[in-house]
Amino acid sequence: MKQVFTNAQVLVPGATAPQPLNVTTDGDRIINVSEKAPSPDRDNIDCKGAILAPGIIDLGVFAIDKPAFHYGGVTRAALMPDQSPVLDLPAMIKHNASEGKPDLWSHPLAAATKGLLGAELAEIGLMKQAGARAVATGRSWIANSGIMLKLLHYCRSLDMPVIVHSEDSGLTANAVATAGETATRLGLSSAPASAESLSIARDIALVRESGAHVHFRQVTTAQGLDLIRQAKAEGLPVTCGITPAHLFLSDIAISDFRTFAKLSPPLRSEEDRLACLESIRDSTIDVISSGHDPRGPEDKRLPFAEAESGMAGAETLLALSLNLVRDGYVDLSRLFELLSTAPAKILGVEAGQISKGFEADLILIDIDAPWQVDTRRMAAAAGNTPFDKLPVQGRVRAIYKGGKAL
Amino acid sequence: MTIDQTGSPSAAGHQFPAGSDAFPHRHLLGIAGLQPWEILFLLKEAEQWVDLNRQSSKHADRLDGLTVINAFFENSTRTLLSFEIAGKRMGADVVNMHAAQSSVKKGETLIDTAVTLNAMRADAIVIRHGSSGAVQLIADKVDCPVLNAGDGSHEHPTQALLDALTIQRRKGDISGLTVTICGDVMHSRVARSNIYCLTTLGAKVRVCAPTALLPVALDRMNVEAFSNFDEALDGADVVMMLRLQNERMNGDFIPSPREFHHLYGLTRERLALAKPDALVMHPGPMNRGVEISSDVADDVERSAIIEQVEMGVAVRMACLDILTRRSRGVEGWS
Repeated sequence: MKQVFTNAQVLVPGATAPQPLNVTTDGDRIINVSEKAPSPDRDNIDCKGAILAPGIIDLGVFAIDKPAFHYGGVTRAALMPDQSPVLDLPAMIKHNASEGKPDLWSHPLAAATKGLLGAELAEIGLMKQAGARAVATGRSWIANSGIMLKLLHYCRSLDMPVIVHSEDSGLTANAVATAGETATRLGLSSAPASAESLSIARDIALVRESGAHVHFRQVTTAQGLDLIRQAKAEGLPVTCGITPAHLFLSDIAISDFRTFAKLSPPLRSEEDRLACLESIRDSTIDVISSGHDPRGPEDKRLPFAEAESGMAGAETLLALSLNLVRDGYVDLSRLFELLSTAPAKILGVEAGQISKGFEADLILIDIDAPWQVDTRRMAAAAGNTPFDKLPVQGRVRAIYKGGKAL
Repeated sequence: MTIDQTGSPSAAGHQFPAGSDAFPHRHLLGIAGLQPWEILFLLKEAEQWVDLNRQSSKHADRLDGLTVINAFFENSTRTLLSFEIAGKRMGADVVNMHAAQSSVKKGETLIDTAVTLNAMRADAIVIRHGSSGAVQLIADKVDCPVLNAGDGSHEHPTQALLDALTIQRRKGDISGLTVTICGDVMHSRVARSNIYCLTTLGAKVRVCAPTALLPVALDRMNVEAFSNFDEALDGADVVMMLRLQNERMNGDFIPSPREFHHLYGLTRERLALAKPDALVMHPGPMNRGVEISSDVADDVERSAIIEQVEMGVAVRMACLDILTRRSRGVEGWS
């Protein structure tokens, strides 16, 4: 069935601003993007001047949480292997790949090592056959550099990107915060921010050895971002991401022991936060994702050190990211490269941009619509957001997965 | 004896703003955030209990009929005993809950335990917990005043108050004194509360430890950090030694106890670097021969360690009294 989105401001690759275009879809694919008026035999969807953008591809979530994803305009999500049980067998990949269909596509990430223990390689080749599009080390890094190099060589030969967590576990040990004034005042065990740059430096050295594509899921420190910048200048196949939390909050947010602001990696100093924003501006950062990890009171209403890390981020991802446009760090087109196009490329899926032949994953957004984040009224499975009560702007008005309205 | 309960702090220099409560806080969760006049008010109130405790009959009926629960999720001997005696001398019914015997071991969450204690209609709850911030978590869920008896590496406010009272009685005004705190500052709630308390009262605070046991950003807390003990002692009015936890002494942070004693142990020779009348303090329990040598600890002229214990009971009596004044309907406390 063909349909045409008319009267829309369309975000297309290459243009810095939304263009007044018509987008024609047939079934689950985009078949035409043009200025031409639609022929009358097709179903017309009047977008009433709203922005038509590619659906968000959320790279690295910890739960498939459809209501939150749909609220936030997420049409595809790459599921982290840190599930119970761990996604380290082909059958689990197969099961999780079909879980959200048809209205949400889940791309389960294959566990790099059995049980994510960092000791033995998991059956990555078989998991690729079962539908895994990338490999991930989960919430932790692989401490043993020998195993890490073998993993990268193996993934290079399978042509699979490796998504890594960047914290040296020897330094972080039982730390729950970044070393700094806040952690000192609160008496929380902390690790220096260099735990991140140390692990990134090692992994970059191993990329140089192996040629594998490594995506650093969250880079949150000035030193870490400098290393990524240098590696990119050297031409190494590295990419990196961040979540809005590290762009808009510093470690002061954990004052009063607020467990909703307990994240992994932990929130950083204000200087590091500002460096992250600059790295959005200069395109050192490739991907913005939510790190969606809904956690109920049983995981969060605990003393800070005992609480689980993570935040429910999917429904605030777009509205918070739009602040980057308003503050002049990126334009709207670049923002959707960060949210949709780059994650699609890492996963190797024909989605994430409004171009002929790509999947018709589309969202209609009102970028000015004001609303207030409220932990008690979240679409997500749990309301653990550190942005409670924050007034934000930008709402998804309609979402289409594979051309179908949800 | 008759005691003024209205609590109008009259001493000069308290800077107590007219028209507000002498102590407007519902709980005592930490020293951070307290105003200097609030701390001085607590100290002034404690003085009367020092006097009472030295009499043969040590009973006040101020908390008659009130229930005070000491909920200790972490082992303690002296602090628990001190709070129990303080509550009993004030006439309260004191109940001790030890985590080892409680449903905490059966997996009950801290919040559920807090709600349970609250339902038993305690009039004050004293809590010690091994995790920083845990006491505040409970305080948010209960209707009665909560006193922090130590939470993780965060705060131990009554210890800082009793230390301040001890110093004040020996040295007079705390403002302008140089206080050196030596030991495992990184993991010490006593150090944090004392840093807040003493800097708020105008003392110059130095901390001293091997760098691995010093947290970062101490300069932001108006503290001068040293890793050379001799330099830290130079001209100090008060030397406060911290207990070195056993689990940190065997190769993890410190190569060995004897090496620590060699570099950071308070000996008579070292003490000579401080002022001639410098006061020696320790929150206890002491590791004799590790952070402090016995001849220093037992020197009645210099060591205030036993006096600290005595002041502890008085300070805790004052805290229980002041925090329950609103619920008891004391005039001037709404």
